[in-house]
Parts: sequence; C-alpha cells; structure tokens
Amino acid sequence: MTTQTAFRSALLDPGLATPGGVVNPGGAPATKRFDVYRNNVAVSLTEALQAAFPVIRKLVGEAFFQAMAGVYLRQHPPRSPLMMFYGAEMPAFLESFGPAQSLPYLPDMARLELAIRQAYHAADAAPLDPAALAALPEEALPHLRFAFAPAVHLVASDHPVHGIWAANMESGGTPERRPETALVTRPDFDPVVDALTPAQGRVMAGLLAGQPLGTALRAGGSDFDFGPLLTCLLHRTAITALTTEESPS
Amino acid sequence: MFDASAQSLPNLPGVGYKPQHFSAIMADADPVGWLEIHAENYMGAGGRPLAQLRHLSERFPLSVHGVGLSIGGEGDLDPEHLARLKRLCDWLQPASFSEHLAWSTHDSAFLNDLLPLPYTAATLERVCAHIDQVQDVLGRPMLLENPSSYLAFSQSTFEEPDFLREVSRRTGCGLLLDVNNVFVSATNLGYDPRGYVDAIPLDKVGEIHLGGHDEDEDETGAPLLIDSHGREIVDPVWALLDYTLDLSGPKPLLIEWDTDVPDWPVLAQEAERARAALQKVAA
Repeated sequence: MTTQTAFRSALLDPGLATPGGVVNPGGAPATKRFDVYRNNVAVSLTEALQAAFPVIRKLVGEAFFQAMAGVYLRQHPPRSPLMMFYGAEMPAFLESFGPAQSLPYLPDMARLELAIRQAYHAADAAPLDPAALAALPEEALPHLRFAFAPAVHLVASDHPVHGIWAANMESGGTPERRPETALVTRPDFDPVVDALTPAQGRVMAGLLAGQPLGTALRAGGSDFDFGPLLTCLLHRTAITALTTEESPS
Repeated sequence: MFDASAQSLPNLPGVGYKPQHFSAIMADADPVGWLEIHAENYMGAGGRPLAQLRHLSERFPLSVHGVGLSIGGEGDLDPEHLARLKRLCDWLQPASFSEHLAWSTHDSAFLNDLLPLPYTAATLERVCAHIDQVQDVLGRPMLLENPSSYLAFSQSTFEEPDFLREVSRRTGCGLLLDVNNVFVSATNLGYDPRGYVDAIPLDKVGEIHLGGHDEDEDETGAPLLIDSHGREIVDPVWALLDYTLDLSGPKPLLIEWDTDVPDWPVLAQEAERARAALQKVAA
C-alpha cells in the first residue's frame, strides 16, 4: 500500500490507525497531529455540503445534517476539485438513507438545490427578443422549437417542492400539499425558482428536450393554456432562440 | 525551463479576494495593489463569479492560486483540471500562477485539504515531473508554496527548504513563501523559523503569504498551531516577515483570510500593515 493510499483510507475512516511513518518531532507516532487533517477533510467537505443544500439543512436541522454529511462524504468523496458542484449524488443518497425516509420530499429538494447551483454557474446567454415570437405566422407555431439558456433547469416532484423551498427561503408562505414542478431560471446573476403545475411541467420538459411546440403541448392535456408558461419564460429571459423548420423525421 | 524572475506582481500588498468584498473594493479609491483568487472558484461556465472577475481584472493585477491540482499526488495530474487551469490563465493572463507543495487527490477522490508529503528522492522526482508538466501546459512559470505542517514523516531525507530549493533548481519554478506556514511548521516541528528563511533561495521567491492561525496542543502538551486563515496575523509572524524582507528586499505580499471573513475595512487594515512593512525595507 502506498503512503497516500494509507493516508487517504485513514483520513476518511477514524476507526483506522494513524498511518505508519507519521511522527511528531520526537519521532513518536502523531495521532492527534494526524487528526488535524482528518478534521480538516471532514469539516471542509461538510461545509461544502452546507453551502450546497441550505434548505435541506433547515429542514432536517443542524445536528441531523452534520451526521448525514459525515456519512455522505465518506460514501461519496468529491471526484473533482470543483467544490461548487460537490454533492451531485445527494438525491440518490437521500432516496436510500434510512434516517431520512420520513421526509420523502428530500431527494427532490436536493435535485432543486443542485439545479440552483448549476444555474448560478451556468454560461451566460443572450435572451430572445420577444418581437421575434410576435412576428411568427400562426401556422408556424406547431413546428416551433425553443432554445433555452444553459441556466434553465426543471425539477418535477410529487411534492410541493417549490412551496417548501420558498417557505424555507423566507420568500413564501405555507406550502400547499400538491405536486409541483420547479422551474429554475437566471434572469440576471441570481437564480429564480418558479412553481409550475404538473401539466406545465410536462410541456416544459418536452420543450427542454427539443420537441416542437405542437408535440410538447399534447402532454399538457386538451384544455392546456400555454400563455402563462410562455409569459413566465419570456419574463425570466429563459428563451434564447427560436427555430421553425419542420423536423427531418 | 522557465525564468522565475519573469514574475510581474507588484511589490505591494494584495489580498485574497472574497466575493462579499466586491462592492467595497470597487468603491475604494486605493484598496490594494493586486488581488489573488482561488482558481477552482472560477471554473464555472459563467454567471456572477466570472462577471466579477472580469471587472476586477480590468483594474487589478491578478494572482491565480490553485488549491486543487495535487502536485504532490502519487498519481498523474488530472488532465481535465490542468486544461481548466489553462483556460482560466489564457483568459485572465494573470501576473502569477501558484500552487502548493502538497497533495489532495488520490484514486480520483479529492479530499479538499493540502496534505503533507515525505521529502524523499521519489517525491522530488514526482513533484518536479508534475511541475514541468504544469509549466509546459500553461506556458508560464509557476510559484510553488511551502505548506503548513502538523507532522513529519520518518522516511523524509530532505529538510523542506532544501527540497524546495532543489525543485526550483530542477524545474525553474519560483517559490511562494508563506511566512505564516513557516511559523506554524517551525512551531509544530520544533525548528527555528529564521533558520528556515535563511535556507530558502529568496531570489526565487515571487510572492509572500501572510495569514492567521489557531493555537492547540498535541497529546504530549506540545504546541500545535493550525493554519486556519480565520483571524488577524499575529505579531511573531509580522516579525518573521520583517526578518524575511530585510534579507530579500521588497516582495508582493498577500493577506489571506478565508474563514470567518471580516468586513473589508478589517482586511484593508491588515493590508496597510503589510504596506508599512514594505516601506521599512524600501526606505
């Protein structure tokens, strides 16, 4: 075993002995000195998770979050030095983390908080001039496809994921018990989260996947009104371009 | 081989940039001579971090300081991460790029800390090969920073200053001398910090770091200083800076304050103290 393999294993597992060759100035084994590194690793990764998941931290409380982070960081140490994206496995981790099963909306909340971070760091994009939309002939609309800003993300949930998020960010009231889809956009530098109905969420998912408008709208049902969703997308500068060619099917 | 004397940070105080200080820095007529950023915080695709950096780069010389390359790692450098560093440096054209004599990644796990190395011939070969690669890819010389140490390795055969001197000689890299790290390591490992500075080739030093540390003890009751960057710089570290500057002449000085970050005036006051230290040797 190499020095760094032994070091790495012992850093992440407090049950393991201090690696051989690690000594104090007198040449004696240096357990407490090694623990400085153990502590640095656990604390810095926990802090990265606290920064990534502020609403989950509020929902479960500080003591629970710290204990959960301790389990997570040992199962999923970062795979990259970009700590702003640490925590990508948190939704799947929460699906199976026994002590969190009483809060079934946590995995979706983790997806939403990850989406907000991704939106914050996403590439800048010039928004569509809404006049381009107004200039389209009506017969072109079913074939219309939208290109979206890289910051746009969608999180569909069986739970009021937007309402719970907003209530914990002190920008919303009591969440209603209903399924919601959260739409994340970034009009300027700060991500914005809007609540979509499940039907709007299905239509938006189709549009994000590149479906033409006519196809995407069918997922909304026969009485679906695209107006409110389109208004929201324009208001949040989520659309960057339009194409109207028929698909080469 | 690169010429380490090509560094162009000014011999003025700088600070480690924190986003919460953006408005205060931009509103200050004469805040500091330059700024240092942690490279990894600016590797997203866009948004506020890069927009702020664009504004800052128009006004200040920048030092790009990497904290995640794992130059001392037993494995290969991460080519993706090296490519990200190259993109950042190509864009910013910083006055300096620096990294640490430490490792942080092993078997693809990034541990988010600057972990210690035994100073052996094998480590020397590996560190020099990695620095050659970094300087080749970036097309510029780098500075290598001395670590803060809490422990020693029984297998070490070099003293740290000798190790750094040899790395610089073989690769042509410059050195980033963190005098707080010298003070912390000297206290923790029981040697004389001035003797350490005496043994450093100061003509290769392109930048000096200053920061705060915390005090603890190990299980034998020996002092154990922790490099926390979370408070004011203590007087013995300022004294070690004066000692160093007397030997080296003026250098670019950086105040590091990374946790419990204070409001801008507190940081600016530390920078003023660094400016006074520089004026003493310039006079």
